[in-house]
Amino acid sequence: MRIALFITCVNDTLFPDTGRAVVRLLERLGHEVVFPTGQTCCGQMHYNTGYRRPAARLAVRFVQTFEGADAVVVPSASCAAMIREHYPKLGRTGSRLSRRMADLGPRVYDLTEFLVDVLQVTDVGAYYPHKVVYHPTCHGLRFLGLGDRPYRLLRAVRGLELLELPGATECCGFGGTFAVKNGAVSAAMGFDKARHAVGTGAEVLCAVDNSCLMHIGGTLSRQRSGLRITHIAEILASTEKEYATT
Amino acid sequence: MSSATFLGMPPFPEAARSAVEDSRTRHNLHKATHTIRGKRDAVVGELGDDWQRLRAEGEAVKTHTLRHLDHYLEKLEESVRRAGGTVHWAADADEANAIVTRLVKQTGESEVVKVKSMATQEIELNNALEAAGITAYETDLAELIVQLGEDLPSHILVPAIHLGRAQIREIFLDKMAEWGVPAPEGLTDDPRALAEAARVHLRELFLRAKVAVSGANFAVADSGTLVVLESEGNGRMCLTLPETLISVVGIEKIVPTWSDLEVFMQLLPRSSTGERMNPYTSTWTGVTPGDGPQDFHLVLLDNGRTDVLADTVGRQALRCIRCSACLNICPVYERTGGHAYGSVYPGPIGAILTPQLKGMSSEADRALPYASSLCGACYDVCPVAIDIPEVLVHLREQVASTEAPLGEKALMAGAEAVFGSSTALDAAQRAAGVMRGAVPKHLPGLAGKWTDTRDIPDIPEESFRKWWNEREEGR
Amino acid sequence: MGGSRERVLARVRAALSDVPADEPVERHPHRSYADGHFEGDTLEVLVDRLLDYKALVERVPESELPGRIAAALERRGAARVAVPPGLPSEWLAEASVERVGDVPDAPLSSMDLDATDGVVTGCAVAIAETGTIVLDASPDQGRRALTLVPDYHLCVVRSDQVVDGVPEGVRRLDPARPLTWISGPSATSDIELNRVEGVHGPRTLEVLLVEADG
Repeated sequence: MRIALFITCVNDTLFPDTGRAVVRLLERLGHEVVFPTGQTCCGQMHYNTGYRRPAARLAVRFVQTFEGADAVVVPSASCAAMIREHYPKLGRTGSRLSRRMADLGPRVYDLTEFLVDVLQVTDVGAYYPHKVVYHPTCHGLRFLGLGDRPYRLLRAVRGLELLELPGATECCGFGGTFAVKNGAVSAAMGFDKARHAVGTGAEVLCAVDNSCLMHIGGTLSRQRSGLRITHIAEILASTEKEYATT
Repeated sequence: MSSATFLGMPPFPEAARSAVEDSRTRHNLHKATHTIRGKRDAVVGELGDDWQRLRAEGEAVKTHTLRHLDHYLEKLEESVRRAGGTVHWAADADEANAIVTRLVKQTGESEVVKVKSMATQEIELNNALEAAGITAYETDLAELIVQLGEDLPSHILVPAIHLGRAQIREIFLDKMAEWGVPAPEGLTDDPRALAEAARVHLRELFLRAKVAVSGANFAVADSGTLVVLESEGNGRMCLTLPETLISVVGIEKIVPTWSDLEVFMQLLPRSSTGERMNPYTSTWTGVTPGDGPQDFHLVLLDNGRTDVLADTVGRQALRCIRCSACLNICPVYERTGGHAYGSVYPGPIGAILTPQLKGMSSEADRALPYASSLCGACYDVCPVAIDIPEVLVHLREQVASTEAPLGEKALMAGAEAVFGSSTALDAAQRAAGVMRGAVPKHLPGLAGKWTDTRDIPDIPEESFRKWWNEREEGR
Repeated sequence: MGGSRERVLARVRAALSDVPADEPVERHPHRSYADGHFEGDTLEVLVDRLLDYKALVERVPESELPGRIAAALERRGAARVAVPPGLPSEWLAEASVERVGDVPDAPLSSMDLDATDGVVTGCAVAIAETGTIVLDASPDQGRRALTLVPDYHLCVVRSDQVVDGVPEGVRRLDPARPLTWISGPSATSDIELNRVEGVHGPRTLEVLLVEADG
């Protein structure tokens, strides 16, 4: 299967390891990955902050870039939710643009959805000998309804011990510009999320969204906690071979 | 005896900053919201898949009613009149307050007992009555606590949720005597003892009161029936014993038919107090000879609701049945409490209702749509499926198109320029890669709000895009 | 304030300019949810839910009702009992209490009611799933004040008055009558959101659930 990767601006710029992991993982599973280079950003920050027109322009760019793809994989649940849930509302009701956006939407997948639903695989052959907690991000949990897909993928990873995160369904407090507009509340929420994660005794906290992880990880790092953050793609991409060579 | 007011409170971010540092309030709120979440989950779970069916039906009934509100208002008016009640219309708070004041004065009484009502909180009826020499006694336990403590409500259902039992005991001991029967000596902070003190304090008042003021949870258009759900029996006292009853009801409280109540009587108690059914519900239709108040007045209140109705996206906020489930689940509310929202309607629903009811001319009202991380938990629990995140974003669009801070506008314009083409993004990423060693741990301006409490991630040497292109070239 | 009425209605109509003029104003819902959500016997569930809300409950064969009412009142120590005008006379036949009658021509004052030890009534409907008893002020229940001011309410529920869930309960009730839905004794959750029983309404609710002999 030929898979178009929408890397997202945050991953592209700040978390290229996540992108490399997605490519490695999908190629290992026998698929061809393409990266349409015209891509930039889904417009979520603009949309959520109330800048609808710039968001709509970025949505048009996205649709033009990805329209021909059979499947678009996004290693970010919030960007996938932006595209699927909000793009159709950005064009005028009934307009050709909003129809194009609605057509493309169902072919856009969060990585874990794509693996479980489309490729129908939960054991991706990964090896990751660590204690891990998974934080279900709001967009993955409530907007995309990822349900137990990430857990099924993680449970199939050899060597991985999956621990339960208390208060898992509660927002980490990132919320895009919320993190700076209401910094004190955002920090208080992040602090509680970090505290719960550290309390499990895990070595690694993973999620399907690096923006949330950036917020929780920034809190953990400021507290000089030893708990590391990583995108779930990086866990799923890792194998015995890589552990042997590093 | 003075009444507090939300007027002049700082905007949400500032009020929230001090609120999160108040560890006692944080503790009280955490305990209370987590208790109620657990109870709600259990009783909602009992209904299985039918919960979503009831929720969809609740949404449908309310949406339909709002789309034909003029028809149902006239129908309700006719039904109430036919049953012996008098209907008044109030375009705003001043009109409503004037009507109620006039009606109380006509009875010759100078005191009224009140059933907990959001509408009368919203119009600050107690202040208006006080100015006219009429004392309004709040009889709901939490409202009583707030009134005695000269405090402000911080929750729709439990206005004193920010207070713990020890604080409530202090208020009772200090203030009950000023208003009537004093608290017993040796009052402990056992909730049973506190409830008993409230019973004794209000008992004689209930038995002598001649005029009551209430709101209503629902007003049934086809039968003219008003419905009040409560727990303590103070509602029954006020709705039954006095000679005159004045009910101030928002125009959005209508349901078309009596049978629609089967939906809401399942949705509301389970969402609100987390019970299969609240202890008491009273319904009355106009006047019943020989039973209850013989003089009944319904005051239909607009006070900004028609402005909300005119906004086709924001309109859904009028479906709200004031259950408070969105407050109880909200991680922001849990940490700030209700006062930070500067309105009688706090929490997620307040963040969309207040700016729509009042308009967004003040900085405080413009700040409310941003008082959310858009986590969506409020929408999930809403028994009438109000898409609160959608309305929040919609209101942010209104703010951004007019009064957004310049720094934010510059950030958004800059980001759009960078994301406007992949070459611009590539150039920005390369520049960042060069600068990566020179980024300080604490940044100025808007970014400083991030680095106050969080580290920023290390900027990688090369972007994903650069890596990909090099890989492609190498093939 | 005729002016306000027209102003509000005009604003409502202006706000709804997006609604097509031919959109039907009547709604005919097809409700697909179940009436009740429990397994097992309806009466047992009612008893269970009443107990859950701290009411006292007994199941009583019809022939034993007067004796069981008398016993309940004696247990309670109720000497003066408020009586609605249409209470079946045999219900109190065996009780040695002072009957304080409330009749339309000479209604008891709130103070009179406050001086009684309790009240005995029938009911209109009981809803098993929610443990709810609904009074509709019929002659066997009396006007609303009667079941509100006394601190003890002994309520007789006939098994044929019990329905599974809220929808059937609503269907059986007449909205023109003043209704009181009662689910357990009065309670509050206003202190730290924990439920505490016993505030302004009757602090003790006792239910006798009557079934035909056999």
